[in-house]
Amino acid sequence: MPVTGYELTHLQMLEAEAIHIFREVVAEFERPALLFSGGKDSIVMLRAAEKAFWPAKLPFPLVHIDTGHNFSEVMEFRDARVAQLSARLVVGSVQDAIDAGVITEDIRPGASRNQLQTPVLLDTIEKNKFDAVFGGARRDEEKARAKERVYSFRDEFGQWDPKSQRPELWSLYNGRHRPGEHIRVFPLSNWTELDIWRYIAQENLDIPSIYYAHTRDVLERDGMLLAVTPVTPPLEGERAVARQVRYRTVGDMSCTGAIASTAATIGEVIAEVAVSRMTERGATRADDRVSEAAMEDRKREGYF
Amino acid sequence: MGELLRVATAGSVDDGKSTLIGRLLFDTKSLFADQLAAVERTSRERGDAYVDLALLTDGLRAEREQGITIDVAYRYFATPKRSFILADTPGHVQYTRNMVTGASTADLALLLVDARKGLLQQTRRHAFLASLLRVPHLVLCVNKMDLVGFDEDVFEKIKNEFRGFATKLEIVDVATIPVSALGGDNIVSRSPSTPWYEGTSLLHHLEELHIASDRNLIDVRFPVQWVVRPRSGELHDYRGYAGQVAGGVLKPGDDVIVLPSGLTSRIAAVDTFDGPVAEAFPPMSVTIRLEDDLDVSRGDMIARPANQPMVGQDIDMMVCWMADAPLSAKARLGIKHTTRSVRGVLKKIAYRVDVDTLHRDETVSELRLNDIGRVTVRTMTPLCFDPYRRNRTTGSVILIDEATGSTVGAGMIL
Repeated sequence: MPVTGYELTHLQMLEAEAIHIFREVVAEFERPALLFSGGKDSIVMLRAAEKAFWPAKLPFPLVHIDTGHNFSEVMEFRDARVAQLSARLVVGSVQDAIDAGVITEDIRPGASRNQLQTPVLLDTIEKNKFDAVFGGARRDEEKARAKERVYSFRDEFGQWDPKSQRPELWSLYNGRHRPGEHIRVFPLSNWTELDIWRYIAQENLDIPSIYYAHTRDVLERDGMLLAVTPVTPPLEGERAVARQVRYRTVGDMSCTGAIASTAATIGEVIAEVAVSRMTERGATRADDRVSEAAMEDRKREGYF
Repeated sequence: MGELLRVATAGSVDDGKSTLIGRLLFDTKSLFADQLAAVERTSRERGDAYVDLALLTDGLRAEREQGITIDVAYRYFATPKRSFILADTPGHVQYTRNMVTGASTADLALLLVDARKGLLQQTRRHAFLASLLRVPHLVLCVNKMDLVGFDEDVFEKIKNEFRGFATKLEIVDVATIPVSALGGDNIVSRSPSTPWYEGTSLLHHLEELHIASDRNLIDVRFPVQWVVRPRSGELHDYRGYAGQVAGGVLKPGDDVIVLPSGLTSRIAAVDTFDGPVAEAFPPMSVTIRLEDDLDVSRGDMIARPANQPMVGQDIDMMVCWMADAPLSAKARLGIKHTTRSVRGVLKKIAYRVDVDTLHRDETVSELRLNDIGRVTVRTMTPLCFDPYRRNRTTGSVILIDEATGSTVGAGMIL
């Protein structure tokens, strides 16, 4: 067999695919935006977006749906990255929506603001008339996501209908939509958690410090390690202990658990992820444990 | 880290496909403990006699309730040598469009037959679809070899029968492997139960398969996706044409022609965020700068003056129809080809292919859901295309219903 030398690594192929998707959307939609939480997937997605339009600046704003319960390290990271890119940041605030009486908070102990993000996200999309919103979701994360298209259509109520998805062939994405409808676009659909980490290492990307091992006061709740914070104080009978932990995913403080870990460098994190026997959501996300179809139900309503 | 290999599988639970995929995921440590626990729990609750690995990705509520796979499911696994994307599709004839979707991006099609049953109509259909979509490599796993006593004669008979059939389909690279997915024979490593088998294990085959030369490195094709114009400071005059290389190798200094305008220039540079590159080849996403200031926009195609794609408005293609409402002559369609979207009208349906017998029916007046047929489409403005067999990117189109915006067909240009 001829050896041509014209080969790309799998990360280069995934990156080329993501860049292609960014350019298609920007060419065919009026008002795209990119969801940027400061989490690892959105960090990788943002780098691919930067590459797609370089040397021009990002042709769309960044959007963050802020539950008000985010880790401060992540917020600082978000703002620094936005400043570095001279990008425009649109913040949809869950706290503001609660204060305005638009949504009602479940204030029972152990409750989370995770569900409240959906109406705020949809409201932010509508107010800004976004017609395409890039998200960092991957198909390996969760089984409802495994069947979601790269271009995921939402009706005028922001809802996803898994049964009437358009076939997606070759790299020919169909962006037809009617006014009021929008699409969620997932340029990292084909990436795995390990690909994300390897790309962060390859590109030498900065990430929030809580992804690396550090000492923190945590409580054990439902088999997860939850940080002791103002929104997650110890409940009766719980006792805080200082542990060496890190975060595998970064979400709302009220529902994102840490894992016991000593991985303090990107190399050590990759080694840890490579041998992990749990998916990242199974290990650390209370929001996905509610039911077998928890993610599908939330996605139908318009979740990320 | 090696390349990415995209694999398409099709089949039903009966031929052991789920077991085979589960085995691949499990043996490459790509199956997680919590995923396995969830599947075991659901299988138990449903009262299944075995752990149904299909539940791993039959993630939609409707699928779990009905116990069927409706859609294309993507699964991911990796070995130290290579990463794999597996597009797993249901095998029945009513899911032909899902199989076509899964095969459209595949480097390899993985087919299974039950050693006791031999080739079925379904096997032939899957092989036909793989050849129609020009999937360059095909692996036929003769499964359940343990149930025929690992008999070489059984294997050889199926292998020869399939080879005979595959010759008619112009499938270039076919490998046949005797396996037992249940026992793990010849999946990850060679099995002692088949000493007469001289080939490699399935995983080894997938890892070592040479795919770089499947890409067209001869015909330069660069569909312009987006014009990069920073319009600021020192970059005020920067004008680059962004896109993903669809064919050939592009280098600075190369003479190029822009289609359909026919204007010519020379490549000044091939830019990327990581710096200029000496060569761009498929599937790289790059930005091309030309020496001359031409009017180039999205939908244009950059090629070489001595090697150009066809430019035309009357286009013959094989179509897989994907909508409930049938396709008939005079239908108005939206067409997306590379980065160009045009309108078109269906001029005629030449024939419909029976996907099970390969018989051509020239009397049909319409194509129905999941039908495959040869048609002629007239486009309002010209397309710059190649035959699909020459280039899967510049030879493919999607057909769009102008009223609903849905994707209603997949076309492979002849």
